[in-house]
Amino acid sequence: MLDLIWLVPALPLAGFLILVAAGARLGEPRAGWVATAFTSASFVVTALVWISLLGRDAENRVFEKVLFDWLPAGNLRVEAGFLVDPLAITMALFVTFVSSLIHLYSVGYMHGDPKFSKFFVYLNLFVFSMLMLVLGNNLVLTFLGWEGVGACSYLLISFWHTRESAARAGKKAFITNRVGDWGFMLATFLIFTTLGTVTYTDIGALAPNLAGGTATAVSLLLLVAAAGKSAQLPLYVWLPDAMEGPTPVSALIHAATMVTAGVYLLSRMSPVLVHSDVSLRIIAVVGTATALFAALAATAQHDIKKVLAYSTVSQLGYMFLAVGSGAYVAALFHMITHAFFKALLFLGAGSVIHAMNDEQDMRYMGALRKVMPITGATFIVGWLAIAGVPPFAGFWSKDDILLAAWEMDGGGGLGKVLWAVGLFTALLTAYYMSRQVFMVFYGEAHWNEARPAPATDNDEVDLAEFEGPPETVTVEAHSEVHPHESPWTMWVPLVVLATGAALGGLLNLPVIGDWLFLERFLEPVFAGTMHHITAGTGTKLLLAAIATTGALIGIWFAAQVWLWRRVDGRKLEPRLLEDAFEVDAAYARFFGGPGRATAQLAADTDRVVVDGAVNGVAQGTRRLGFLLQPAQSGLVRQYAIGIAVGALGLATWLLIGAVA
Amino acid sequence: MSILAATGDAGFAILNWLILVPAVGAVVVAFIPRGREDLARPVGTAFSAAAGALSVYLLAVFDGSDPGFQFESTRSWIADLGISWHVGVDGISLFLVVLTGLIFPIVLAGLDPHGDPKPYTAWMLVLQAASFGAFLALDLFLFFVFFEVVLVPMYMLIAGWGYDRRRYAANKFFIYTMAGSALMLVAIIAVVSLSASDGGITFDLNTLAERQSLATNTARWAFAAFAVAFAIKIPLVPVHTWLPDAHTQAPTGGSVILAAVMLKLGTYGLVRFGLYLFPEASVYFAPVLVTLAVIGIIYGALVATMQTDLKRLVAYSSVAHMGFVVLGIFAFTVTGLEGGILQMVNHGVSTGALFILVGFIYERRHTRRISELKGLQKAAPVMAGFFTVVMLSSVGLPGLNGFVGEFLILIGSFATRRWWTVVAAAGVILAALYLLWAYQRVFHGAPDEVNAETRDLLTREKLVLAPFVAAIVFIGVYPAPLLDRVEPAVDSLITHIEDNSNYRRPDQPVVVPAPTQSEDTGAETGGEG
Repeated sequence: MLDLIWLVPALPLAGFLILVAAGARLGEPRAGWVATAFTSASFVVTALVWISLLGRDAENRVFEKVLFDWLPAGNLRVEAGFLVDPLAITMALFVTFVSSLIHLYSVGYMHGDPKFSKFFVYLNLFVFSMLMLVLGNNLVLTFLGWEGVGACSYLLISFWHTRESAARAGKKAFITNRVGDWGFMLATFLIFTTLGTVTYTDIGALAPNLAGGTATAVSLLLLVAAAGKSAQLPLYVWLPDAMEGPTPVSALIHAATMVTAGVYLLSRMSPVLVHSDVSLRIIAVVGTATALFAALAATAQHDIKKVLAYSTVSQLGYMFLAVGSGAYVAALFHMITHAFFKALLFLGAGSVIHAMNDEQDMRYMGALRKVMPITGATFIVGWLAIAGVPPFAGFWSKDDILLAAWEMDGGGGLGKVLWAVGLFTALLTAYYMSRQVFMVFYGEAHWNEARPAPATDNDEVDLAEFEGPPETVTVEAHSEVHPHESPWTMWVPLVVLATGAALGGLLNLPVIGDWLFLERFLEPVFAGTMHHITAGTGTKLLLAAIATTGALIGIWFAAQVWLWRRVDGRKLEPRLLEDAFEVDAAYARFFGGPGRATAQLAADTDRVVVDGAVNGVAQGTRRLGFLLQPAQSGLVRQYAIGIAVGALGLATWLLIGAVA
Repeated sequence: MSILAATGDAGFAILNWLILVPAVGAVVVAFIPRGREDLARPVGTAFSAAAGALSVYLLAVFDGSDPGFQFESTRSWIADLGISWHVGVDGISLFLVVLTGLIFPIVLAGLDPHGDPKPYTAWMLVLQAASFGAFLALDLFLFFVFFEVVLVPMYMLIAGWGYDRRRYAANKFFIYTMAGSALMLVAIIAVVSLSASDGGITFDLNTLAERQSLATNTARWAFAAFAVAFAIKIPLVPVHTWLPDAHTQAPTGGSVILAAVMLKLGTYGLVRFGLYLFPEASVYFAPVLVTLAVIGIIYGALVATMQTDLKRLVAYSSVAHMGFVVLGIFAFTVTGLEGGILQMVNHGVSTGALFILVGFIYERRHTRRISELKGLQKAAPVMAGFFTVVMLSSVGLPGLNGFVGEFLILIGSFATRRWWTVVAAAGVILAALYLLWAYQRVFHGAPDEVNAETRDLLTREKLVLAPFVAAIVFIGVYPAPLLDRVEPAVDSLITHIEDNSNYRRPDQPVVVPAPTQSEDTGAETGGEG
């Protein structure tokens, strides 16, 4: 069975090729079903591989399958090969699982779109790339998937390309990610020049030979890469804008799978990270800061998807905190539960947007629970999961992370500080998610309230813009809105994901004796690099109780403001929070200002100075020619005089020479 | 015709035929009678394609394990001066020859010169013959002749079939390149006469390279002269400004050939006549060239960003891409140099395809101004799809050809030129910036009335682009067949540099055997299931 691993990425690739060739002919809905079938088949194969991997002894669950030499050049040998180990198969399982569900959902969601089949072309290509990323047996193959998912993300964010804001968001995502890719490439180069290999198993074996400085450099470069892909400070700015893409894309790529690639990369490279305490601490601090920062921004968003986008950034921050604390299993546990509940929330939001005729402003929603019972109920499950209410999935995984931060080795009191910030962020999370649920599903219906005047038409954007500030979403004049429940293709995935969000904690439940399935399964991968929890049951329970209390406080406060309306919510939403501390605007000002000026300076220099010099030489030659032209007058007398004068001069010179 | 009888190996002198077939084709086309000009392109394409078929045959019979020159053919030419017709092919030139063989017939068959097809076709065939000659010549004099002959047809193509400022651009191109060539000619004469020994005078590349009898300083001066000539051709910053003008004013076919084949004469020359002939001087001057290359990568990208003319933008992207090639060459590692050679081919394919696409846009909209184009993806989705693939290749997306070259160059140069590589790697960010921004302005957005009328690609146009896309994907996914054929020649060239200078390639890191766990699993590959 293990040998079949190549089928896992090959199936979505086949789907992609078939749809490229015949997608338009297949049309709606068949193209969607083809794509869904290939992705689901990939999930089935992954599950089979996983089962046969489980059949082996725990220490022996590593398997490599090499297809061919991809880049053989000099000392470098890059294989097209797969590494199947607990980490890879865990990633592949949840990626194919969530992907299949979201493919199914998309069949309903993209109904009627003129580019229906194109959407599934990109979606299948994405799944292929994501699987190459997690299954590749070396850094370069992971990079292939890494860039591939980035390209798909670009294509899908700008899917509705006639909208300038979507086009701009797609480009921004790709370019911002490229900054991270720069880090990825340099980390690969440094690994290769010091260890002579790019293959994970060899890196794992040779990493102890790394000098401390090199390990730190590699780790920090990997952090740059991960911060780009996983939207951490300071490279997160593309993710909120990425919401311009169709909602299934936001759920699949920008919440559940692609954005977790950074966490996967850091986990995969844990044998290097473990040799650099300072890098681990920096990773933890970056993650915690991002978690807090994005949670604060999320409390003041009005766009239903923007709340979830900032929430995703924040939750990814938790995973970085876990990695930095050496708690790789906790990071992956949270990655999986987050994939369930965040995909669920995004798809629920999509269902709402669908029902509201493309309205995304939560201020014009409310009371939707009654008209959309399934969407409402599943969204509520997702809400409780992310808010950290026991026994829903998010509670367990977040708790593991906070516990690991609490126990962080060394670093003075850093671990305790990060724990406190993480706890406060959890409270904020509970608050902003409750705010969203109350605004959208509870209270009164604001569906047909008058909107403020629409923003200026997007189509008339100055073409010369370099990187303008993000556009506000256009508010179109809506016809009378009659929200309704979505078709089965859309609500079935919601129900499945809600089940995951509710019960996902079982994967790694600490309560029942020594269940801890996920930890036991993943442990061999992180042998020697992982932090083991030492706290006793008492401490664990105390910390869990504190976290739960925090979550309940957040929910209670949100209810005060948004459910019972005892506090005016607008006072809690200063402009600064809504604009996410102006970071994005500052970037836009920088690149639109000095950045653009630098490029313009280079272009002007090239035209005026460099090329000017060339033309100057040409002009000079020409002028010299004109200057000398009179000498060639064609008058024989003049030439004779010239010859005579010349001869005389020469004779004089010779004579003087002879005399002297 | 005695020239076609190869000495040394019996029978068929394929390399001579490669040069001769398009040359004869040019003559035949030139004699097509007035009134039957419509025959020019079919006949020319046939000759060009015949040469292309020969180049593919050459690829098939080429011995990939041989580091030396193959299919050599030597004929004494000006015996008193030691000048001979000496051609040969090795792993370094092989794929440039194949590229030259395949791209000309595509250009001739697929791209309409818009008027006067007879001389256009004839000049194209002369260009193909001369390009083959330049890539195959193993005699300094012969190389110089071909290197110069190439200029004439390109001058004619720009001046004859170009756009409004074609004369300025053609003159600039010709004179600028000639200025460099003049230096090279002096250097060739100096090298030949100073290397003359009891064995007499010779222009033979192998003999001169193996003899290495020049004084260190002399060799450095000679290298510098060669390097200036090649730097102009590549072009390296700051001697690049002829390129945007030539590209912008040249007809589409001319631009494609200019980018795909002619710029490679510069980088190929650096390898063949720089590194091989002057190993010590190459090492001595490497920091200068690498610095210029890295400046070119960043500077070319920045300047490209602000271009308002789409074709000019692609031209500046060439400056950046060719900077990568030079960086790879002067990394002096097998990986870097292989990447550099592969990237010459890649750049030819990707940038060639970009120029074709820009040409298609121009034919429809009669403008290349980015500000006048908008929303073409809505109007012409297939064209947008082709553009996207080619753009992603140019940006260096893994799985497509551009990545393979760029990655090998960077990983190869990181070992020997770390900080330059760090800066050069940032060039991949900028490449995404200028290309994606241009794509956004040209293809995204809602088209206005004029742009909404843009016709999508015709079948003929799709067929022109198809081979480019096929090459982009093939080289991206499975470059091993190319790399395997390049490697022996590259390896022996670096050994040659080590033998003749104090340069030593970096040690391969000591790889401690992997622990038992992964060995176990390695052994099980193919088992189970």
